[in-house]
Amino acid sequence: MTAVSVATEDKAATGELVVLNSVNKHFGALHVLQDIDLTIHRGEVVVVIGPSGSGKSTLCRTINRLETVDSGSITIDGKPLPAEGKELARLRADVGMVFQSFNLFAHKTVLENVTLGQVKVRKADARKAEETARALLDRVGVGAQADKYPAQLSGGQQQRVAIARALAMGPKVMLFDEPTSALDPEMINEVLEVMKQLAEDGMTMIVVTHEMGFARSAANRVVFMADGRIVEEATPDQFFSNPRSDRAKDFLSKILHH
Amino acid sequence: MFDFLQDYDLAGAVWTTVQLAVLSAVGSLIWGTMLAAMRVGPVPLMRAFGTAYVNIVRNIPLTVIILFASLGLNQTLGVTLGAGGDFKTINFRLAVLGLILYTSSFVCEALRSGINTVPVGQAEAARALGLGFGQVLRLVVLPQAFRSSVIPLANVLIALIKNTTVAAAIGVAETALLMKEMIENEAQLLLIAAVIALVFVVLTLPTGLILGWVGKKVAVKR
Repeated sequence: MTAVSVATEDKAATGELVVLNSVNKHFGALHVLQDIDLTIHRGEVVVVIGPSGSGKSTLCRTINRLETVDSGSITIDGKPLPAEGKELARLRADVGMVFQSFNLFAHKTVLENVTLGQVKVRKADARKAEETARALLDRVGVGAQADKYPAQLSGGQQQRVAIARALAMGPKVMLFDEPTSALDPEMINEVLEVMKQLAEDGMTMIVVTHEMGFARSAANRVVFMADGRIVEEATPDQFFSNPRSDRAKDFLSKILHH
Repeated sequence: MFDFLQDYDLAGAVWTTVQLAVLSAVGSLIWGTMLAAMRVGPVPLMRAFGTAYVNIVRNIPLTVIILFASLGLNQTLGVTLGAGGDFKTINFRLAVLGLILYTSSFVCEALRSGINTVPVGQAEAARALGLGFGQVLRLVVLPQAFRSSVIPLANVLIALIKNTTVAAAIGVAETALLMKEMIENEAQLLLIAAVIALVFVVLTLPTGLILGWVGKKVAVKR
């Protein structure tokens, strides 16, 4: 534990934003995360790829503690992740999350979805929150749908609203947990475009995805996971053209050549 | 044929029934919601209390609860619920208390079934925004749970309206007590039964129909 606190101190200086230090997690007998060490710097876009069940979604969810960890430490912007209560809620407000199944609040309009966190967590003025929300909805291209309910929108539109909802909190880092996996093929690009734009604007992003095109074009770094471990970390170019591990070679051969 | 009704205050008795039902409904909705919040909450002690409360109270006959309120709370322990020495008011309030304690266990379970229809992702998204447990429940989960609980809650309300007749056991002058009195004094047995039955159908049938319509109207589309 002392080693962890030392790591915490030099973090702010080097621009390290999210640091996972020998994180372990079990689901019953299954060891889903095994000694995960991962550092994400400010402004970096890290894409996590790997086969199903490799633990990449779980990894993503531990970063805002939607999943607890058994051992190891996670720090965000120099602060260790609190276990419970107000402190944890405050930290989550700084970490945007986009889910595979969108999870827009079904009983609220699109606009209300985007203003809720600003008003209730950030204590923003209602009119200011609405202004911010409308601007963000325009930015992700669903401004015209502001007064509709989520169920009236297509999957691609819902996911873009979900991105706007997360951005409305002014997060330090955005987590994307397979944001395009539940979408019809023709809607994937509209979501990826928004994410690419976000990456170009300098947002720190952790993206769990199966979209190799996105990984190639938008990522600074690719993290390849298999069986609960980080097997390989490399730039997209290195990883896709010249993977070092056999496991990654095997994975890429299965997804790229047909 | 209905001449005998003139000698009785049917309207007053029905009004007492309505008052019993409305006050108990409001009270049990509040207490039942709090119980449901305890049962889904993160605090083990509260969860245990909520679970124990529901499982004990809903399995005690209402008559036992109401009689205990009168004989135990009032006559033995001297609880008057702020009504002084006015026995009519004391018994009315005790009946409302008993009905609330009893009905809230069913409200809790109807709401809990509603909470279970809200996908877990809704609460996760709310937590990910930085909302606290109370806010997640109040702003995201319960509003959706209430909407899908309207129809089961209508069943609870209908049962409550009929259960108000148990208050007759401690002398509250509601509709069933009036029926007892009428049967003792009059000859038109079937007619009396029909009139009283009609009163309850008039109270419960629209309740079910209206809440059924409301339930469909406010249902959350996913």
